[in-house]
Amino acid sequence: MRDLLAGPPRVISVGLELFATTLVSLQVPALHVDWRPPGDGDPRLAGLLAELSDDYAAPGKPDH
Amino acid sequence: MPVWNFVWRSAYHDSLTLMRLTHDMEAVPGVERAAAMMATPQNRALLADAGLLAEGGADTAPADLLIAVAAADEAAARGAEAAALAALRPRPAESRPGLPGATRRRPRTLASALRALPDASLALISVPGLYAAAEAMKALRAGLHVMLFSDNVPVEAEIELKRLALSRGLFVMGPDCGTALIDGVPLGFANAVPRGRIGIAAASGTGLQEVSTLVARHGEGISHGIGVGGRDLSDAVGGLMMSRALALLAEDPATEVICVIGKPPGPAVAARLTREVERLGKPCVMHFVGSGSGSLEECARAAVARARKKGAPATEFTLPASEVDRLVADAGRGLGPAPRYVRGVYAGGTLAWEARAILAAALPDVAPDVTGGAGANRVVDLGEDMFTVGRPHPMIDGTVRREWIARETADPGTAVLLLDVILGYGAHPDPAGELIPALERAREQRRGLAIVASVVGTETDPQGRAAQVAKLAARGVIVMPSNAQAARLATRLARATSA
Repeated sequence: MRDLLAGPPRVISVGLELFATTLVSLQVPALHVDWRPPGDGDPRLAGLLAELSDDYAAPGKPDH
Repeated sequence: MPVWNFVWRSAYHDSLTLMRLTHDMEAVPGVERAAAMMATPQNRALLADAGLLAEGGADTAPADLLIAVAAADEAAARGAEAAALAALRPRPAESRPGLPGATRRRPRTLASALRALPDASLALISVPGLYAAAEAMKALRAGLHVMLFSDNVPVEAEIELKRLALSRGLFVMGPDCGTALIDGVPLGFANAVPRGRIGIAAASGTGLQEVSTLVARHGEGISHGIGVGGRDLSDAVGGLMMSRALALLAEDPATEVICVIGKPPGPAVAARLTREVERLGKPCVMHFVGSGSGSLEECARAAVARARKKGAPATEFTLPASEVDRLVADAGRGLGPAPRYVRGVYAGGTLAWEARAILAAALPDVAPDVTGGAGANRVVDLGEDMFTVGRPHPMIDGTVRREWIARETADPGTAVLLLDVILGYGAHPDPAGELIPALERAREQRRGLAIVASVVGTETDPQGRAAQVAKLAARGVIVMPSNAQAARLATRLARATSA
């Protein structure tokens, strides 16, 4: 991990595609995540899923 | 007008897509108003407040898409639904943003994106507020700094995220952080400004835009513009990220002068900030919008002066006094009989508050907030949630602003219209151009109406500032060099004509 100001950011954009598109047009390394509400849209369940951080416990897990 | 609701089950779309849908639906003949929102309890409440929830309401889950249409008859409402469906029809395969060599299949989770971009350093999160804290938490746990563009994140979640970030040597910009400039990279709604020696720590998105573009216009540049989120300076959050931003800028070799902007901090944060600023070892200028004195422009000018080791005399106008007098005399001649009031119609929240403070210092009966409510002289911030129910933010689309301009023009008390026009990445490609039809109609209806504006941006912004200024000036709009000067000129016009 590096300091916030240690160099130009390399960005993962989660949400509005516009932001990733702008960065890529400026030659900034950026990737857009085609995000969908987790837990069938239930924010409480989404929070619990984030708590479990299953994304990182199983890095080889395929996209759902 | 009757209202129809249509529900599409488990159909998530981001807010910009939904804005496009709304736009297409409202173009259907017979449709007065339309909205497309994810059916979260909060959005349902917003739709109900806007009179767009059909009687009895539709049975929905948060992952459903709720289409609401106020229309003359059912045929028009069905036409709107069909327009929305057409707008969502998948387009042919198109090139996707990404790095050479990165997968063209779009990742659907942060974890899979990290596999495609393993040296990513920052997550820019703009999902709906209900889910934003969870995504930010995932990003921090993956070792990423976070810019949290989303609003409506509970303050408890903000505190938890910021404490976790600090414990891991990470940074959280936001929530509700619209703008940042990190090592020359514009994030969110930022402007194309040159690199330089002035570092900004801002609890205000449009405040950061105004100061960074004015610094650029005065010939200096920005090392970094760090957003901390509008609530960071509250005593509840305790300035957790402002303190960290100040420490980072103090250590940063490119930063020679530090500029702090935001709304007035809580008392405990104010006391701590004062102590921290004294220990920075670098010159620091601060401005808190609405705190009674100064302006964002004066803050920018003071930062430039400190960088050049010169003084920055306070001045109301950068134009010669004779030129200001001429503008007031020319515009004042056309104004009708009293009562004559200033009406600000804004896209930028901090700019709206700054204008309100300047009006309040010079004129009587100024509305106490920026909701467009009671007050003879008033400023409305149309970026507030209450005005953007299922509709585009006024920085992206001028529809709501055109409507509000028409509404204020219809009021016989309106003598001066006051506007901000915000350029930059993410903003509308021609924000002045899309306001002009409404401004021309206003001038036709109210001969002599004065229109005063400022244009926040630079020549290198995608829209080009000079071209935007010229478009407005060609229609008789008085374009001032800053928001503060525009508001001051508006008060001069109101006072001159009230005499």
